[in-house]
Amino acid sequence: MAPIRNPKDFWAGLLFVGLGIFALILGSNYTLGTAARMGPGYFPRILGLLLILLGAIIVLNGLRGRGEGIPPYKWRPLLVVLGSVVLFGFIVAKLGVAISTVILIVTASAASHEFRPREAVMSGVLLAALAVGVFIVGLSLQLPIWPDFS
Amino acid sequence: MDLINHLMLGFGVALHPINLLYALIGSLIGTLIGVLPGIGPVATIAMLLPTTYALPPVSALIMLAGIYYGAQYGGSTTSILLNMPGETSSVVTCLDGHQMALQGHAGAALATAALGSFFAGTVATILVAAVATPLSEIALKFGPAEYFSLMVLGLIGAVVLASGSLVKAIAMIVTGLLLGIVGTDVNSGTQRFAFGVPELSDGIGVVGVAMGLFGFAEIITNLESTEKRVLVTNKVKGLWITMEQFKAAWPAVLRGTGLGSVLGILPGGGAMLSSFASYAVEKKLAKDPSRFGKGAIEGVAGPESANNAGAQTSFIPLLTLGIPENAVMAMMVGAMTIHNIQPGPQVMTSNPGLFWGLIASMWVGNFMLVVLNLPMIGMWVKLLTVPYRILYPAILLFCAIGVYTINNTNIDIVITAFFGFVGVLFMKLGCEPAPLLLGFVLGPMMEENLRRAMLLSRGDPTTFLTRPISAAMLAAAVLLILVIALPNIRKKREEAFAEEAAI
Repeated sequence: MAPIRNPKDFWAGLLFVGLGIFALILGSNYTLGTAARMGPGYFPRILGLLLILLGAIIVLNGLRGRGEGIPPYKWRPLLVVLGSVVLFGFIVAKLGVAISTVILIVTASAASHEFRPREAVMSGVLLAALAVGVFIVGLSLQLPIWPDFS
Repeated sequence: MDLINHLMLGFGVALHPINLLYALIGSLIGTLIGVLPGIGPVATIAMLLPTTYALPPVSALIMLAGIYYGAQYGGSTTSILLNMPGETSSVVTCLDGHQMALQGHAGAALATAALGSFFAGTVATILVAAVATPLSEIALKFGPAEYFSLMVLGLIGAVVLASGSLVKAIAMIVTGLLLGIVGTDVNSGTQRFAFGVPELSDGIGVVGVAMGLFGFAEIITNLESTEKRVLVTNKVKGLWITMEQFKAAWPAVLRGTGLGSVLGILPGGGAMLSSFASYAVEKKLAKDPSRFGKGAIEGVAGPESANNAGAQTSFIPLLTLGIPENAVMAMMVGAMTIHNIQPGPQVMTSNPGLFWGLIASMWVGNFMLVVLNLPMIGMWVKLLTVPYRILYPAILLFCAIGVYTINNTNIDIVITAFFGFVGVLFMKLGCEPAPLLLGFVLGPMMEENLRRAMLLSRGDPTTFLTRPISAAMLAAAVLLILVIALPNIRKKREEAFAEEAAI
């Protein structure tokens, strides 16, 4: 096998081929119909095939051309940022905007290499007040401010 | 005169106190995110979309449009004062704008940028109003085959003019189209790619996709770099331009406005492309090109006028044809859909107040930006002294609340987080997210028009080639791809983008 000269293209291409195959397999459950009366499976099949074709071209480019490597993943920002936001989604209805905001700000701040816990708590409290003011008082969104224990 | 009547109607709507207020809010938020690096207009519009549910549609659209052109003003401010482009569209402004600031002409550079932008905004508003009626009339005659081909051309055009690998960008479009068909098929009621998740039966929300790909992914990649940002704040004094500077600047403003207006209309055009093109033109036309990069006022006047003109004329294909040509316009489609307005040529006749009101509000917003922003520059610059470690959690908070309140369920937040992950992955693999968003928004419309066209032709695919307008548009799309694929031009294009990257 030829060496991978352009890893970015190579892996991107494989990803697209994979997505295309995935779409074809899932889409095979949907009625194809005819060209004149397309069923729900017609357009997804076209797209799936097209994606496989394009992905294959990109893979070939990845083998031929020259290119930089893929920059390494840094897991801390990725997991902490996404995790803190998802956590917020799960607690906001129960704990209310005020407490959830402080939790979101403090956890999200930990994603940075310059994390300063005390500063994060202070910023969280200020933003909680701002969020309640803007979203609940100002825009009257239907969210609880405080935890509901009843 | 129809044009004048239409503009009168528009200004009647735009000058309504409520709409004035929303134009102001939109322009100010736009300036704010233009100043702040790390958050762009796409993510901001996504963030604010849910909060516009309660507003009348015209106020919502006026505010969201204000964010886009407000960002152009804000971006230039930081480029000039801090050599730090808040938006990609003002990257070139750094070159000469910051040099002018270092030489003590910061005030003149800022005033040139603001007045040039305002002039460009005025011309572009009139242009949008003037071409809207004839273009919509043409578009109303389009059948499904023409519409399908137009979308193909629009999508291809959008990636040809964008930077990066062409095949990858097309693959991103197709991925976007696939994502766009998730949900219930309107014709058969079949659930497609919904994995049994009831919330997915209405499709994936545009807010989650855009915020994940543009907002979260951007924040995560910023956090990965450990470089510290250095802030240089210098005082701005005297916002006035000398006669000599004015004489040098006005032809550049005119050229920038013209260039930006044309490039804005083209698919894939808009603010960024316009500013780069204008800088190149000014440098070519200058008697002494060596002055560029050392504080040439034309290097500020041209691109800043061009990016504003381009930002505004990119509304033309959206408003008249219903086809978004860049990621921001894709968000505007999302905004219109949320308010039950199907974008397309019929908006002008079915919703004249909204249509002309939105156009007139662009001029009103530009006017507010000139009047309000010049005195507020000091405040914007102060904002930049807030460190990123405090700023990004706040951005995340507004994103999280915005997404949560779409349906008051956490599923939307999970979807957004998923697209944040996907966005980081795509960035690592060198795939631009903008084509995906365009494909995503156009997906359902494209399938619908394909089906209708094929039904009308009784399953004969040559209908796309035998109908002249459709054939011409497809030919243009093929031509665009061929032109880019030709080795010579390909090399030139790569050089041009390499130059951009070096900037």
